[in-house]
Amino acid sequence: MPVVTLTVNDELVSGQSGQSLLSLLKELGIEMPTLCHLEGLSDRGGCRLCMVELQGSKRLFAACVTPVQEGMVVYTHTERLNNYRRMILELLFAERNHVCAVCVQNGHCELQTQAAKNGMDSVRYDYLVPDLPMDASHERYVLDHNRCILCTRCVRVCDEIEGAHVWDLMGRGVNSRVIAGLNQPWGDSDSCTKCGKCVQVCPTGALTLRGSTVAEMEKQHDFLKWILTGREKKQWDYS
Amino acid sequence: MARKQTNPREDAAPAAPPSNGKIRLATVWMGGCSGCHMSFLDLDEKLLDLFAQADLVYSPIADLKEFPENVDVTLVEGAIANVDHVKLAKEIRERSKIVVSFGDCAVTGNVTSLRNRLQVDDLLTKVYHEGPGSVPHGDDDDIMPALLPRVIPLHQLIKVDAFIPGCPPDTDRIWTAVSALLAGQPVEFEPEMRLFG
Amino acid sequence: MNRVELQNMAQAETERQNAFRCRLLCCASTPCLSSGSTAVSEAMKQALTDGNLDAEVEVVATGCMGPCSRGPLVTVKMPGQEDVVYEKVTPEVAKEIVAKHVTQSKPVSENVLPADMPFFVKQKKVVLANSGQIDPERLEDYVARGGYAALAHALREMTPEEVCATLTKSGLRGRGGAGYPTGIKWDLVRKSEGDKKYVVANGDEGDPGAYMDRTMMESDPHRLLEGMAIAGYAVGADQGYLYVRGEYPIAAQRLQRAIRAAERRGLLGSRVLESNFNFRIDVRIGAGAFVCGEETALMASIMGRRGQPVPRPPYPSERGLWGKPTLINNVETYGSIAPIILNGPEWFSGIGTEKSKGTKIFALAGNIDTTGLIEVPMGITLREIVYDIANGIPDGYAFKAAQTGGPSGGCIPSQFLDTPVDYESLGALGSIMGSGGLVVMDERSCMADVAKYFIEFCMDESCGKCVPCRVGTVQMHRLLERITDGSATFEDLETLEELCVLVRDTSLCGLGQNAPNPVISTLRYFREEYEAHIKERRCPAGACEMNRIPVQELNTNSRVYSQNGAQAEPAQA
Ligand SMILES: Cc1cc2nc3c(=O)[nH]c(=O)nc-3n(C[C@H](O)[C@H](O)[C@H](O)COP(=O)(O)O)c2cc1C
Ligand code: SF4
Ligand code: SF4
Ligand code: SF4
Repeated sequence: MPVVTLTVNDELVSGQSGQSLLSLLKELGIEMPTLCHLEGLSDRGGCRLCMVELQGSKRLFAACVTPVQEGMVVYTHTERLNNYRRMILELLFAERNHVCAVCVQNGHCELQTQAAKNGMDSVRYDYLVPDLPMDASHERYVLDHNRCILCTRCVRVCDEIEGAHVWDLMGRGVNSRVIAGLNQPWGDSDSCTKCGKCVQVCPTGALTLRGSTVAEMEKQHDFLKWILTGREKKQWDYS
Repeated sequence: MARKQTNPREDAAPAAPPSNGKIRLATVWMGGCSGCHMSFLDLDEKLLDLFAQADLVYSPIADLKEFPENVDVTLVEGAIANVDHVKLAKEIRERSKIVVSFGDCAVTGNVTSLRNRLQVDDLLTKVYHEGPGSVPHGDDDDIMPALLPRVIPLHQLIKVDAFIPGCPPDTDRIWTAVSALLAGQPVEFEPEMRLFG
Repeated sequence: MNRVELQNMAQAETERQNAFRCRLLCCASTPCLSSGSTAVSEAMKQALTDGNLDAEVEVVATGCMGPCSRGPLVTVKMPGQEDVVYEKVTPEVAKEIVAKHVTQSKPVSENVLPADMPFFVKQKKVVLANSGQIDPERLEDYVARGGYAALAHALREMTPEEVCATLTKSGLRGRGGAGYPTGIKWDLVRKSEGDKKYVVANGDEGDPGAYMDRTMMESDPHRLLEGMAIAGYAVGADQGYLYVRGEYPIAAQRLQRAIRAAERRGLLGSRVLESNFNFRIDVRIGAGAFVCGEETALMASIMGRRGQPVPRPPYPSERGLWGKPTLINNVETYGSIAPIILNGPEWFSGIGTEKSKGTKIFALAGNIDTTGLIEVPMGITLREIVYDIANGIPDGYAFKAAQTGGPSGGCIPSQFLDTPVDYESLGALGSIMGSGGLVVMDERSCMADVAKYFIEFCMDESCGKCVPCRVGTVQMHRLLERITDGSATFEDLETLEELCVLVRDTSLCGLGQNAPNPVISTLRYFREEYEAHIKERRCPAGACEMNRIPVQELNTNSRVYSQNGAQAEPAQA
């Protein structure tokens, strides 16, 4: 692949043409906040945390869906961007009911960690306090809408990796909701293979193992890389 | 509301050198479980260091009726849940140089605000009237303060100068914050210390 | 059908029409239908039958005539005479028209709209030239007025490059909102590599109160089909999709019929006009989401997916429907194509201003005397639209502001009434041309309340994909609610302004990026009005109820929390 040269935070760097800006920034060891991005899944540019400034454009660009280009001049942590990131995180905290102290994911949560890393010490917005249900119909897992940030990692992993497409979204705007099957209790879904991939990729305490209590839930993403590498190398091709 | 929280780094005036050379410190307990105060007491021997530099002029552990004037630093535990909290918070703001949201309930509403999904009338009925025994309702006598329809974090009512997250904040966080404040420095946490929960 | 047959059809239809002593055109567009035009045309037909006039007089159900608030509208056409337009026609008036005007050539004066009314004379009909003049369900009627001649001409006389070049030269810009040069867009798709390409017409029209595209689709469907076919030829596509919003059943039905009629005559489908060009058009019905008007969401919807935008680039011209190069234009844009091909690019660029050529359709609404649909040359002033065409503001109230561009646009206050209406001038004032919604407000409108209305619209229509738009608009709405109910503080105003910037700069698609515009622009011109709500707890326009107070001002001596609004509401409910 041809190499492209670009400038990131005033330093000249090179990347592979076709590669996303986010993956290059990661290679360079620049810590970019992300929530909807997960290596191994398709990118959707929804959480807007990885936005960067490109010289010559008034617009901001989500690094996960922006391919690197020759001559790009990128800034990743300007004051403006840092402010926006904090505001976006505050909006997320205000959107649903995040009470970390009583959350099963407390201490292992990507939202909680991003907030702390990005300097969020309080939320300036009204807490919206929506009245949301939990779905505890599945024999192994629990879905708590109160903690969901609509990143759709669960939707994508189930569709793209597991191939079951149990999850999807319904409603729009702030009323969007993750649904199982045709908006039925998760436990009633015939297509769910009970693999638990969605639980493992969920960044927050929205999808958890049944029976876990406050601060007990920890998630493992490495299976994704493992599966994808295995598939690429045809490690399980027994035909 | 949406009171804008100002960054303590630029804003919080350092506690002025008090007359007897000691900082006038207050701690307040509003809509919280007192866990933050317990954690405060867990400072153990550091408390000795603290009180070498500060006088505790008001605190739930010091039984004073009136919130005093000319306080240098006030740590507020708990969220704003009723009209008494509103009144006290305003007094605190007027009489304190630096107001600190102390613990998640003050910072976010936290557990105290779990009731925000319920109608406030149902809440009283559920807890007091349908529960064991009859308890003063608050509407018709002067005993209970009226509840606000929604619990709010402190900074949505008054200007807050610094935040100590945590449920409860552990002693490291408290000490980091308090020692900075005593030294007239802005409160700065490492990211791990800023985690809610 | 070939070119000659097309000309024969036109001639035959003209002769047929001229054989009538009189033709009664009765509007059958949605506004007139809802004010009772069906009963009117029935009454006319009955009166004609009763008077034995069936053979001499024809009743034609047409599309929109313009001054919709004055409907039902009827036009009386007699050879050799000026058309006479009637307003507010009831079945009784209809009978009178037949009895007096048709039979005795004496117009029923009370209901006649004067022909020299500014509403008519200040307009310039290009896209809507046939609207209200032809029966949208009769292909022949369209052909008699030069329909499909442009397609025939392009197929025979022009290369695809030439078609694109002609449009570029004409200066036509997209009418869907952003105003991208149409010729350049077509040329991009033409040059894109692809074994298959698509042409899409955007008839989603989600702006509240706007109905330019609906009118175009209902009143002159073949004009749109012809424009799309020319586009197909120019970019090398053989399949078109017409995306119509679900709330427009009449438009969808008329389009379906028009497609079938055109296919039957060989004007669409295989070997169009006996050339080697094939072009099919299919209608797709949306489900009434504003965001599905955004081009990437619209394409997702056509492909049967959830109507959510995807980040651009890649632009549809490179990767659109099913990954293939796709041309997507607004309905009105396609409506401008045939006249440009027929009359030449110079003719079109002779209309309008330096950078905004041609005409634009607006849906006039709000506090004005005559609401309705107008087509005006670019560069006309707002004052001419409000005071001449719309006949000013009733009951002696003063003009306050006009909102263009709907929820993505901004307001224009009275000091700019003489601004020419074109892409650049409106942009400079912090508004946009938009797709053609134009709402006039008088002094009784509170601008904070207006902004709240538009933010509420965007909040409800946000698709929910990206955080700033999904949650930011909700928070903005809350802050505006507080401002308009008396419980806001100046910190709230600051928070609101910060949010405007965040949502504008970080949202994924145009919906979120433009959602703050109404707030930003009302704050720009009417900040003192916002401040009065906060400082004096007073709505200067008298529109807001102002029955709450900020939580900071709560009376804490009362042990009773009053729910009736006299007390503060921390406004988290
Ligand atoms: C939220 C949103 C809604 C839109 N709605 C419409 C619409 O209803 N009709 C339309 O033609 N374009 C709409 N657009 C613009 C389209 O994305 C696209 O730019 C347009 O159809 C291109 O056609 P044009 O070049 O002819 O204007 C919308 C854009 C956004 C961001
Ligand atoms: S999901 Fe994360 S941010 Fe939300 S309550 Fe749980 S730990 Fe806190
Ligand atoms: S359930 Fe978890 S993974 Fe799925 S959308 Fe919500 S936060 Fe994301
Ligand atoms: S800006 Fe709004 S409508 Fe557009 S993608 Fe984001 S949430 Fe959806």
